[in-house]
Amino acid sequence: MTKVYSRPKLLKKKIFHYCAGCGHSIIHRLLAEVIEEMNLQERIVGINSAGCSVFAYDYLDIDMAEAAHGRGMAVATGLKRASPETIVFTYQGDGDLAAIGTAETVHTANRGERITTIFVNNAVYGMTGGQMAPTTLLAQLTTTTPYGRDARLEGHPIRVSEMLALLGGVVYIERTAVDSPTNIRKTKKSIRKAFQVQIDGLGFSMVEILAPCPINWKMEPLEAWQWIGKEMTKVFPLGVIKDITGQKDAD
Amino acid sequence: MAKVLMDGNSVIGEAAIRAGCQCYFGYPITPQNELTEYMANHLSRKKGCAFIQAESELAAINMVFGASLAGVRVMTSSSSPGMSLKQEGISYLASCELPSVIVNMSRGGPGLGTISASQSDYFQATRGGGHGDYRTIVLAPSSGQELADLTHRAFDLADKYRIPVLILGDGILGQMMEPVEFKHEAPAELPVRSNALRGAKGRASRIVRTCTSNTSDMEELNWSLYRRYQLIKEEEITCETFLVEDAEMIVVSFGIAARIARGAIKNARANGLKVGLLQPVTLWPFPSAKVEELANRAKYFLVFEMNMGQMIEDVQLALNGKGETFFYGRPGGVIPTPSEVFRVISRHYYQKGLS
Ligand SMILES: Cc1ncc(C[n+]2csc(CCOP(=O)(O)OP(=O)(O)O)c2C)c(N)n1
Ligand code: SF4
Repeated sequence: MTKVYSRPKLLKKKIFHYCAGCGHSIIHRLLAEVIEEMNLQERIVGINSAGCSVFAYDYLDIDMAEAAHGRGMAVATGLKRASPETIVFTYQGDGDLAAIGTAETVHTANRGERITTIFVNNAVYGMTGGQMAPTTLLAQLTTTTPYGRDARLEGHPIRVSEMLALLGGVVYIERTAVDSPTNIRKTKKSIRKAFQVQIDGLGFSMVEILAPCPINWKMEPLEAWQWIGKEMTKVFPLGVIKDITGQKDAD
Repeated sequence: MAKVLMDGNSVIGEAAIRAGCQCYFGYPITPQNELTEYMANHLSRKKGCAFIQAESELAAINMVFGASLAGVRVMTSSSSPGMSLKQEGISYLASCELPSVIVNMSRGGPGLGTISASQSDYFQATRGGGHGDYRTIVLAPSSGQELADLTHRAFDLADKYRIPVLILGDGILGQMMEPVEFKHEAPAELPVRSNALRGAKGRASRIVRTCTSNTSDMEELNWSLYRRYQLIKEEEITCETFLVEDAEMIVVSFGIAARIARGAIKNARANGLKVGLLQPVTLWPFPSAKVEELANRAKYFLVFEMNMGQMIEDVQLALNGKGETFFYGRPGGVIPTPSEVFRVISRHYYQKGLS
C-alpha cells in the first residue's frame, strides 16, 4: 500500500493545547509541511505573538522567538535586516496584528520588508476569553460586545488585507480559510507562495487565514466551521487580494 | 588617533560603529536627533548593516529585539517621552537576555516637557522602568570623551552579560561639541553571537521565549537573572572621585551635574573648603560601597542632581544612617551654574561648622 500522508517531521510529537476544532492546529501542520517541503528548516525563524498561538514553538521544530503583543512585525524586521539570508515569518492573531500592532503592521508592509506573515483571523480575542477583535463581525456577540457589535459604537470590522494591499511594499496577499479540505489545500499553497515571495526577495507577503474559534463563538466545531463559509466570508471574501509577482503559483 | 571635534550625539554614533554596531533603529526626538542622523549617514548603505527610521519608539526597540535575536550588535536611542514607550521592549529584552545598547539623551518632563537637559529619568533608568523584576546596567557619561569610552564599554557589557545596557545622558551632553579621541578601530567583522537565531542549521532548533504557564520555570528565570545581577554588582561598579582624600563634605553627582559640581568644588577648594566629588559612572549597579567607605571620613553628603531628588535615595541607602545628606536640585531643564552650586556647598559647610 502506498503511503499518501504522514506526520510532517517538523511537527513535534506533542498534544496541541488548542481547543477541539481550533484553526491554529491545522495551520501549524500546514506550516510544518510547507517548511519541510521547501527545505527551509535550517534557515527559518518564526516569530509568534501573544494570543492562543503564543506556544507555537512547542509544536514547530524550528528556531522560534516570541514577540511582545503586537510587535511581531517589528521584531521580524529587525531580525531580517540583521540577517537577510534568514527566512523570517510572523504568526499573528487578529488582536495582535490589527489592534495593538496596527502601526507595526502597516509600516512593515509599507516598507516592503522581506518577511512573511501568517495572519490567523478568528474574529475574536481567543486567549483572553473571547473579547471583541477589530475583525469581529457586525452583530457578532463577544464578551465585550454583549449586545452584538454595533458599527456606531464599536466600529466596523477591519479588512486588514484590503487595507494593506494599497501599500507599495506589499507584493502578495491572499485570504484563505481552513473550513474545508479544499480550502485547507488552498491555504497550504498560499503559504508556500508567500514564502517564495520572500525567498525571491520581492517584498512583503501575507496569508490571511479565516479560522474557527468554536469555544469563544460558543458553537460546536462543525457549526463553527460552517459559520466561516456562511458569515465570515461575506465580510472577508476569499481569494487573492494582491499579487504583483507575475507568477500564477509558487509551484 | 588625533582628537576630533564632535557633538556628543555623533560621538556615540561613531563609538558605536567602532564597537561593531551593525544595526540602529530609532525615531526622531530632540535632543538626540544627531545620533539618528549619524547612523543614517553611516549605516544605511553600508554592507551588512541596517538603519531604519522606525514608525515609533515601540517599533524601534522591537526591531532591536529582532536584530539582537539574529546575534548582531544593535543600538537604539531616544529621549525621555520616547524612553517611556521603549520600556515594554526593554522588559522583554531583559527577560530574553538579549544584549542591546539603549541611549537616553534625557530632557525635562514629565509629559512632553522641555527639550532642555534634565536628569529626571534616573528612577526610570535604574529601577527597571518596565514591568517585572529586572535590571539593566546604566552608564552615565559626563563628557564627550566619556560618551565615546562608555559607548564602547556598553556594547562589551551587553554581550558579556547578555543584558540591555542603558546610556543615560542628557540634552547638553548630546549637543555640546567637544574634542574627543576614539581609542578603538572599527572591527573588520564581528562574529555572530553563538546563541543567535538564524535557522537550526547543524543543531537542534532553539526557542527564545518569555511566556510560561509554569510558575517554577518563571521563578528559575528570575533567580538566574538575579544571580547575574549579583555578579554584575561584584564586577562592574565604576565611579570617579575628585579631591576626596581629605574631604569633610562629599558632593555626589552624576553625568553633566558632576561636571558642574567639579567647577564648584574647585572654587570651594580655592576658598579653603575641604570638599570632594563622588561621581557614580554606573548608576546601576550603584557604587554603594564607595559611599560607605567615604563616610568613614566625611560625614556630610550633598547630593546635587538636575531633578528633585532621585539618586539621593541610593546615597541614603548606601549610607544606611551613617552620614548626613543634603539635597540640591533644579528640575525642568534649568542648568545650574558652578557658582550656584558653590554657594549651596558653602552654606551647608558653614552651617555644619566645618570651617
Ligand atoms: C500589552 C499586552 N496587552 C494585553 C495582553 C493580553 N492578551 C494576550 S493575547 C490577547 C489577544 C489575542 O487575540 P488574537 O491576537 O486575536 O489571538 P487569538 O488568541 O485569538 O489566537 C491579549 C489582549 C498582552 N499579552 N500584552
Ligand atoms: S480559544 Fe479559540 S483560538 Fe484559542 S485555542 Fe480555543 S478555539 Fe483556538
